Amino acid sequence: MITSTHYMFLSAALFMIGVIGVMVRRNIIIIFMSIELILNAVNINLVAFSAQLQNGIGQVFAIFVIAVAAAEAAVGLGIILAFYRNKETVNIDEMNLMRW
Amino acid sequence: MLLLIPLLPLLGFLVNASFGRRVGKAAAAAIACGAMAGSFAVSLLAVWRLVVLPPASRAIVDQVFTWISSGDFTAGFALRLDPLSAVMILVVTGIGSLIHVYSTAYMHEESDAEYARYFSYLNLFAAFMLVLVLGANFLVMFVGWEGVGLCSYLLIGFWYQKQSASDAGKKAFIVNRIGDAGFLLGVLLAFKTFGTVDFQEIAPIAAAIRPETAFGTVSLITLLLFVGAAGKSAQIPLYIWLPDAMEGPTPVSALIHAATMVTAGVYMIGRNAVLFSHAPQTLAIVAAIGVATALMAGTIGLVQNDIKRVLAYSTVSQLGYMFLAMGVGAYSAGIFHLYTHAFFKALLFLGSGAVIHAMGGEQDLRRMGGLKNDLPITYRTFLVGALAIAGVPGLAGFFSKDEILFDTYARGHTLLWAVGMLTSLLTAIYMFRLVFLAFHGDPPAPRATAGAGHVAPSHAAPSHHAAHLHDAPPAMTWVLIALAAGSVLAGYVGVPPVFAGSNWFGRFLEPSFSGAVVHEIPESPSLEGTLMVVSTFVAMSGIGIGMYFFKNHPRAADAVAERFPGVRNLLLNKYYVDEMYDASIVQPIRIVSEDVLWKAVDVRVIDGAVNGVGETVGSLSERLRRMQSGSVRTYAASVFLGVVLILGYYLWR
Amino acid sequence: MPPGISASDFYNILPELVLTSGALVVLIVDVLLPKERRGALAWVTLLAIGATLASLVPFRSTHVEVAQGLLAVDQFALFFKVVFLVAAAITVLMSVRYLEIEGASPGEYYFLILCATLGMMIMAGGIDLITIFIGLETMAVSFYILAGFIKPSHRSNEAAVKYFLLGAFSLGILLYGMSLMYGLSGTTNLRVMAAAFAGQETDARLVLAVILVVAGVGFKIAAVPFHMWAPDVYEGAPTPITAFLSVGSKAASFAMLIRIFLEGLPSMGHDWRLLFEALAIITMTVGNIAALTQSNVKRMLAYSSIAHAGYVLIGIVAGTSRGITATLVYLFIYAFMQLGAFAVIVGLRRADVAGEELKDFGGLHARNPFAAFAMLLFMLSLGGIPPTAGFMGKFWLFSAAIDAHYNWLAVIGVLNSAVSLYYYVRIVVFMYVKKEALGSEPATSPTLAVVLGVAVAATLVLGVYPRLLFELADASARTLGAAGVTTSLR
Repeated sequence: MITSTHYMFLSAALFMIGVIGVMVRRNIIIIFMSIELILNAVNINLVAFSAQLQNGIGQVFAIFVIAVAAAEAAVGLGIILAFYRNKETVNIDEMNLMRW
Repeated sequence: MLLLIPLLPLLGFLVNASFGRRVGKAAAAAIACGAMAGSFAVSLLAVWRLVVLPPASRAIVDQVFTWISSGDFTAGFALRLDPLSAVMILVVTGIGSLIHVYSTAYMHEESDAEYARYFSYLNLFAAFMLVLVLGANFLVMFVGWEGVGLCSYLLIGFWYQKQSASDAGKKAFIVNRIGDAGFLLGVLLAFKTFGTVDFQEIAPIAAAIRPETAFGTVSLITLLLFVGAAGKSAQIPLYIWLPDAMEGPTPVSALIHAATMVTAGVYMIGRNAVLFSHAPQTLAIVAAIGVATALMAGTIGLVQNDIKRVLAYSTVSQLGYMFLAMGVGAYSAGIFHLYTHAFFKALLFLGSGAVIHAMGGEQDLRRMGGLKNDLPITYRTFLVGALAIAGVPGLAGFFSKDEILFDTYARGHTLLWAVGMLTSLLTAIYMFRLVFLAFHGDPPAPRATAGAGHVAPSHAAPSHHAAHLHDAPPAMTWVLIALAAGSVLAGYVGVPPVFAGSNWFGRFLEPSFSGAVVHEIPESPSLEGTLMVVSTFVAMSGIGIGMYFFKNHPRAADAVAERFPGVRNLLLNKYYVDEMYDASIVQPIRIVSEDVLWKAVDVRVIDGAVNGVGETVGSLSERLRRMQSGSVRTYAASVFLGVVLILGYYLWR
Repeated sequence: MPPGISASDFYNILPELVLTSGALVVLIVDVLLPKERRGALAWVTLLAIGATLASLVPFRSTHVEVAQGLLAVDQFALFFKVVFLVAAAITVLMSVRYLEIEGASPGEYYFLILCATLGMMIMAGGIDLITIFIGLETMAVSFYILAGFIKPSHRSNEAAVKYFLLGAFSLGILLYGMSLMYGLSGTTNLRVMAAAFAGQETDARLVLAVILVVAGVGFKIAAVPFHMWAPDVYEGAPTPITAFLSVGSKAASFAMLIRIFLEGLPSMGHDWRLLFEALAIITMTVGNIAALTQSNVKRMLAYSSIAHAGYVLIGIVAGTSRGITATLVYLFIYAFMQLGAFAVIVGLRRADVAGEELKDFGGLHARNPFAAFAMLLFMLSLGGIPPTAGFMGKFWLFSAAIDAHYNWLAVIGVLNSAVSLYYYVRIVVFMYVKKEALGSEPATSPTLAVVLGVAVAATLVLGVYPRLLFELADASARTLGAAGVTTSLR
């Protein structure tokens, strides 16, 4: 039987994959996708808890997370595009005008 | 009415800061001096109204407005005039006015804008200083406390073109931060302990508790406050900023770094005498630090060649005296010395200013000499100041210094008294070394090049030839004469019973210290008389020693850097003292005073500590800066690392 | 009308509705106006902010929950809403000139400022994780765009990308923590959650949730070690946006922090107090020490703003009603001094000069006495020198800490503000003592003068007469918690 603990392990694994992805990948788009993984880990958590607790709040929350993530993706891709136009690269390590 | 006292200089500041550069020098000076003189007049009036009150109810409170009110806590922006603050406002406005007048001539070579800037800062300083001394609670006092620090900082760095001036300003700032942090912590702790920050409310609460036998809360509060006092009043180990502060214009040294601001620490302890008297442990520390500072600065003063630095160390030393008085519980004696010291130290600084002015910016004693005939007024007034600080009977310094020494001895602090006496000897020696080196003897031959190689701070005038040396303009000489008169007469308000006086000054101040634990000392004219004879003898021998070495036998002291080996040679020749004596007494003295106290402790340890802390923090800052690599991945890792560290803490726990 | 939502709920969110309509009006007017007259949009925006402020008036003493506990309309929220709206208004005034110089189009810019403000207002009122999350994202997404608003500028671009990526990353962490909070309590409403957790044995998963939420919130308030985005983003973003970010976003995040931890997790108080205590100490220290060697004033103020987050955390750690009062007071005061300081930087911005470097402040005293005096005041206030407002705020924070027996926290705070004065006064020295200047007059404009005037007046008046502010903040702090009972306050 699959319990909510299993879901929690799944989401924790997904969360860690996302976090590590953000830290080790260089391509901005891939970093962004890693962040999406983190958000999906959150959604798994929310829906699993919702099922376990037999209340709908978690699902509502998850829908809001999905909606907001979509908005964020739209804005984020716009920002990345503007950056790409200026620098012609999506390598995060070339982004160091401001430091120190 | 009390509000008017700091308000007038504040208005002077506002006017000069906004329009000063456009109205010309005469008007700017008139505004600044007028503001100070007006403030002095109001102060006199206020003090008169205070004096006519019966002694027990001598306090005038001016509740300007309610500052903070939250829950059960209220603090007003309140000014209070009582005998203690009355003395302070008269010193600040009176001597302040004189120094303003002096400055009109001293700073005359500055451009209009600089001139106005100078006077606006000076006025602003006076306003804050008056807020400091009139404040009825810690918060108002802190306004003044921080304000005077800021003005001092701006004025030390006034000649910012000089690297040394801006370094000195920086150092003063850093050292004072340490002191101010201590002060603020003391205030916060006092607020927590007593539930109020008003001096008048804290005093009865403190008076009701038993003096702490062990180191407790009151001891901690007072110790923290004393850290603040040590920073502001240049005591060990926070005194190092004061000698460097001499980079500022000389009248500033006289006003801020001799007569007023640096005495704020002494005043603050006097203000909280009740609190301090209930913390005997802190008082012991205060007395010990005071006397150690007095001795150490006195010895260092012996080997300095810069005329202003000698006076600066002398100031540190005299402040040490005041703390000694506070530490042994002789509050009114300490304030008495503060008051007389303001006169003669301002006089000495302004006199040295007149010398520096005449010499075209030269401050090195070795390049002076024989100025007695060229600057007769400066010489005579300076001599009065030197006699007063040396403690020659009849002059101001004699009465106040003797009261401190007598109170110390009579309360059983024989060791402190002995060190104080030794310092008194040193004071006479270094002052008369200064007098004889600067004013007596022969002028160094190539005086034409006296100023060469020395960057005169904005006195870009070429060095004067001996023939051109003359006394300062009247605005300066009259101030010197007035202060000389003060240095003679100021002590007579506190003539001790042994001279059939009644110590009017001490009795006047008494209400301000009521509630303080005082170990009553029996009046003992015979003891006091004996001690006076001793200290007069000490002062005279100090002057004699100074005369011997620096006037009659200047060659014995010619090698200035080798000052004390000179003593050694002399002793060897005259008294056939053997090498053992040399090794056991003379060399140690030389080593202690020059190598250990000055070069090692002063320059290396304390200076080094301040610079070291500065450098450590600086390099730490630089390292933190480098961590900010600009890489998003590093930043994300930092966030994650934070989470991991906290998790790790929980797992490890 | 959906179940559980009544007409009175719509009335209670009137200010938010007014602000939303105002934002839409700005967008519409932007399209209607010819290009060269779009400067007038600033006034439309100000009008919207003014109308929102006016619509707050009927809610002076309201204390209700809206839509079954999604939002709270109480004095705590009101206090923050005023801070946000005032900060937004000042930002708009600051932006007029800046946008002219940068040649950016004002329509979306002002719209986004209003959206960000709306998000902040929802954050301050939110007593439900979902509402707080939506408010947070409304604010954050607006700021992502605003940070990169100067499209041709590489620095602005870079700031936007950095802010966006790290912001989204931290949001993920925060949401993960929130999802655990939901899973363990079965609710997203903070007040219900507090009741659910009360008396419950501490669960390891709950500790994890607290840690993750602390990290997420710590990112928003720029607490060390979650702060590293702040210097870069502050430096690269358009100056008025930096100002708004460092004031509005920070205040809103503190409101969120107080709601989540004091209202939702009082039972975990021991744990999060400990965490925030540690964060406060390293945040103050690292912020101040790193600021010492900065030569770019915007970047220096970024570190200063990090350090200030540390000071404000002291009040939250103290957790007493005096501590929360101090927090509110400090955030209010901080808004004015920080916005004022950035306004001076905006004034120094010219077509050819960035005006952000320390040397650009050289001799400002001679070139523009008022701007120099204003900057002096802001610096002294940030450094906590009386009689400015900053001193009052710090005094109250530190005394709250001592009062709650966090003596060492107060000691470290005092020492830190001693250190911080060093770099604040460095600017003062450059302005008043140095002479080497660019020779160019700083740009002054009527709107900027108004900003400086307001900020100077507030910094002085709140320093000299802080009574009213203290009383308001005190009253607001006391409305925290259900039915005005400050159960979570120690």
